[in-house]
Amino acid sequence: MNEKKMTGDEHYETMIAEENICINENIVYDKPHDALYSTPMHYCPGCGHGVVHRLIAEVVEELGIIHDVIGVAPVGCSVLAYNYLNIDMSEAAHGRASAVATGIKRVLPDKYVFSYQGDGDLAAIGTGETIHTCNRGENILVIFINNGIYGMTGGQMAPTTLANMKSSTSPFGRDVQTMGYPLKITELVAQLPGTYYVTRQSVHKAVNVRKTKKAIMNGFLYQKENKGTCFIEVVSNCPSNWKMSPVESNKWLDENMLPFYPLGDIKIPSNSSKNNGE
Amino acid sequence: MKKEFKLMKGNEALAEAAIRAGCDAYFGYPITPQSEVLEYLSREAHNRTGMVVLQAESEIASINMVYGAAGTGKKVMTSSSSPGISLMQEGISYIACAELPCLIVNVSRGGPGLGTIQPAQSDYFQSVKGGGHGDYHLIVLAPSTVQEMSDFVEFSFELAFKYRNPVMILTDGALGQMMEKVELKPQVERFHEEFNWATTGRKNGNSRVITSLNLEAEKMEEINIHLQKKYEMITKNEIRFEAINCEDADYLIVAYGLVARICQKAADLAREKGIKAGVFRPITLFPYPYEELKNAAKNVKGILDVEMNAGQMIEDVRLAVGNELPVAFHGRMGGVVPSPEEILEKLEMKFLGGSNE
Ligand code: SF4
Repeated sequence: MNEKKMTGDEHYETMIAEENICINENIVYDKPHDALYSTPMHYCPGCGHGVVHRLIAEVVEELGIIHDVIGVAPVGCSVLAYNYLNIDMSEAAHGRASAVATGIKRVLPDKYVFSYQGDGDLAAIGTGETIHTCNRGENILVIFINNGIYGMTGGQMAPTTLANMKSSTSPFGRDVQTMGYPLKITELVAQLPGTYYVTRQSVHKAVNVRKTKKAIMNGFLYQKENKGTCFIEVVSNCPSNWKMSPVESNKWLDENMLPFYPLGDIKIPSNSSKNNGE
Repeated sequence: MKKEFKLMKGNEALAEAAIRAGCDAYFGYPITPQSEVLEYLSREAHNRTGMVVLQAESEIASINMVYGAAGTGKKVMTSSSSPGISLMQEGISYIACAELPCLIVNVSRGGPGLGTIQPAQSDYFQSVKGGGHGDYHLIVLAPSTVQEMSDFVEFSFELAFKYRNPVMILTDGALGQMMEKVELKPQVERFHEEFNWATTGRKNGNSRVITSLNLEAEKMEEINIHLQKKYEMITKNEIRFEAINCEDADYLIVAYGLVARICQKAADLAREKGIKAGVFRPITLFPYPYEELKNAAKNVKGILDVEMNAGQMIEDVRLAVGNELPVAFHGRMGGVVPSPEEILEKLEMKFLGGSNE
């Protein structure tokens, strides 16, 4: 054997040259084309928002509910979510997404309604709406992106900012004595009888992306049962305001966010086989 | 068909009218003096028409629920009283910009601050001139009888859907609480119309979005220009007013809502004394009947503007009649309702050399 060893790229090019591998049978992944517009997203490179948007689009397509789903976009980095998701959506005032979703769901009880909210939106200015929506057991899905910081306004301290974590308004680190403690609102709403399914996931690794997708799938499916609020926290990153590269931010998330915000199901419907969480 | 009459409180007549108008949903929060609306609807509405009635955790939540539900093209409403309306202003601004039809009822009370639970008209500015942030207008209707509290509900929904604009019924605690005979309208079916702007689940290739956001200044300006054109159209088409004994009047009393009725009594007393007084009552506060008031005032010697506040509508009265005509003001504040006698006394004092204060 005196065959020359090929590099990966060369190998790939040879394969393409020798046989046309770009055929349908060989496609292992394709992004959703119906529920997701092909517009480039404005999110910073490496940001988790784009991944979660894509997962929502995938789930909506796979469940075949594109004509029956209404989303509520918040104020925050994902304020323009409706430019990316090709489904009916309503913008909400800062913090009020779950109230807006309540209004929609109450008059259209047969539709799938979800809100998409960041930590400042859901756990600071909108805490009242969040708790009361969950406590009424509104049959909606709340998707809560927790990156521990205000992204859109440029990196201020959020209710979920970790102790000692630096932000533009806690430049010396969050001092819990004067600035309060990071709020575990997901554990809090899990205590309420109105919540039906509460889980915490992440999208920083492929395996977690798959689990988050499963959770979102469950969150939509449970709406049919009319048993209460489904609440999915996605621990996410903010490379720009954490001032890290995307890879560093995911490592930091793993080492700092996850010990305080552990992944896994917090409340699952009894006698349900749908969940697949940790 | 036989007419249906009932003795009812203003708040209850309004709530009953909402059910009969085929209203789809009400979201509200208790506050005196309008809690009867929420109570009446909680008791009556769902069983009769399937209407959604939800007590929210705050006025802020209420108005945002209204925003959400109105975005689906349903007939949606809320009610509150002054401090609660202040809390709603951000949401109202969003609703106005997103052009969602809905009804907001303000059974106002005296302020500022926690103020009082007695009736007042001190929310004129915040209702008529905007109230929240940005350039927008509600269509504002001011009933003066319990009958109008009832009639204006269906009329409000008509206007709201015609212009895709929030409508406010601006009334006060006295009208909300007092009982009068009302002729009730027949029950209207709840409608299930599909609007091409409503978010009810995507219909064809492209989604629909309810939003008030545009990050490009030029585009946001276009939205503003569109809104202003709509307000011009509303002004052209929807002005309503009532002129009572104004044809031969030497003096006009201008007032809206309940106060206009008290002024009518004052004008009657004046005529008994040989003073020819008439009452001009704007029914739409936005759009304001500037031209109509100017015409009614063409041959008068003076105008007395009467309000339950420190003088808010008087700015519009002055805009209507200009500087040529003397415009005097009589107002009571903090929940005090003026009497016909004191209004007449003020009229005489200001224009007929009556006793000085
Ligand atoms: S600022 Fe942070 S949260 Fe916002 S898009 Fe950029 S990385 Fe994502």
